[in-house]
Amino acid sequence: MSSSRDFVRFLLPVVVLAAGIALWELVVRVNDIQPYVLPGPSAVFQTLVADWPVLSESLGVTLLTTLEGFIAAAIGGVALALLFNQSKWLEYSLFPYAVILQVTPVIAIAPLLLIYLQQQTAVIVCAWIVAFFPVLSNTTLGLNSVDRNLAGLFSLYGASRLQTLRYLKLPAALPYILGGLRIAGGLSLIGAVVAEIAAGTAGAGSGLAFRIAESGYRLNIPRMFAALLLLSVAGIVIYGLLALISHLVLRRWHESALRKEN
Amino acid sequence: MAGPALSEADAMAVRLGDVTKVYDNGVAALGPLDLDVKRGEFVSLLGPSGCGKSTALRLIAGLTTPSSGVVGVSQPANETRAGHAIGFVFQEPTLMPWASVRDNVRLPLKLAGMPPTEADRRISEALAQVALSEFAAAYPRELSGGMKMRVSLARALVTRPDILLMDEPFAALDEITRFRLNNDLLELWRKLNMTVIFVTHSVFESVYLSQRVVVMSSRPGRVSAEFRIDTPEPRVEDFRMSASYAAYCREVSQALVPSYSGPTSV
Repeated sequence: MSSSRDFVRFLLPVVVLAAGIALWELVVRVNDIQPYVLPGPSAVFQTLVADWPVLSESLGVTLLTTLEGFIAAAIGGVALALLFNQSKWLEYSLFPYAVILQVTPVIAIAPLLLIYLQQQTAVIVCAWIVAFFPVLSNTTLGLNSVDRNLAGLFSLYGASRLQTLRYLKLPAALPYILGGLRIAGGLSLIGAVVAEIAAGTAGAGSGLAFRIAESGYRLNIPRMFAALLLLSVAGIVIYGLLALISHLVLRRWHESALRKEN
Repeated sequence: MAGPALSEADAMAVRLGDVTKVYDNGVAALGPLDLDVKRGEFVSLLGPSGCGKSTALRLIAGLTTPSSGVVGVSQPANETRAGHAIGFVFQEPTLMPWASVRDNVRLPLKLAGMPPTEADRRISEALAQVALSEFAAAYPRELSGGMKMRVSLARALVTRPDILLMDEPFAALDEITRFRLNNDLLELWRKLNMTVIFVTHSVFESVYLSQRVVVMSSRPGRVSAEFRIDTPEPRVEDFRMSASYAAYCREVSQALVPSYSGPTSV
């Protein structure tokens, strides 16, 4: 019963996608729309294949930036949350600035960063700025969600701060941390793209977003679509990978990863 | 830990002298309370919700400090007994959901820095005592309520404590499971020669288990009556069916009447 339901859930979006692509192609052909106005899906696909050497290199650059930004965000977010958890003073002093960094639109910060930092560094910093906050706030939430009785048990058995952190707080916070990382994965891609776009006008980049900006100036619309498609797929893959990791880590014990009964 | 330790010669395991507990919000939860528990004794604290019986237990465990008075707890009989003089079983199983049964039971030993081989031996022993050896690799969510409580008990026993403190441990279980665990607990108590202080709000449970039932009244919690339950040991299921058990229950229930018929009771 449920497997046929799963099949339908998988099938429906695929049908919608296929219908959308067919309709798009049809509209382009029937109205004889030029590729520099709106390329059909077949033209986009042809460009993707023809321009693969250029596009794949750009994809590699963007993915590397995203990965670096993501790792920096993961380490930075968790480390800051741990520091805040150990010292209230530190939390009170610094947390407002983490919020300010988060609420200021990164697209407005990017040009400034590009002035003061090397481009590659600036792009990674952008990715970090956008992505670290969900890790920080989720980890903080997780560290504060420890079962009170378990905490009592640890103090009864004379656990040190480090032991409490390692054996109680971190495992208890793990589902929250993984949730934060899942958000951060997508956000670091956004951060990388924003910074590349901002830098792209200066003409020194080579990532996918730079390709989009560059192709725009050249009215190479099919390539814009092809690059956009790659970015989209990259985002989906990143999210899927992180969701998979989260599931594998939590499947033995956490409610979120358990199959529903009956 | 709380208060001065009792000397080795002392036959008392726990001694509360004139202890009070006032919470930060000004609510007087406890006292003044006097309570002596002999080594090897099985004592139940019985009373309505909010009578401070759990607070008394937390004071003995050192999880909270008294506002005034003295809390004395005897030291372990010998140093090699290792780990901890006190085992604590909470109302909920309070297990780490991310750890297997074995690793949950390992916790007190790991925190004490015991070498793994020695710890493994102890864990197997504790799991055997609560008849859970087959479930060592299971995770808490895969167990029934009664089994989770057994894991919690094994974790308390793994340090070979002199004193076992239990805070309404079986309150959330069904009657049949509870009866079984009552018998298992009595058997462990006889075998391991521990002092047990058992908090409950069940008259029947307290009479069945303990040598002494201490009835507490609420706001602030004090001792309102004490009953000695004299019956031939070992107690078995026969005792639950006997006339003397029924008589004790009636007697103890009568002592509880003021706490639910008074004008201020909820």
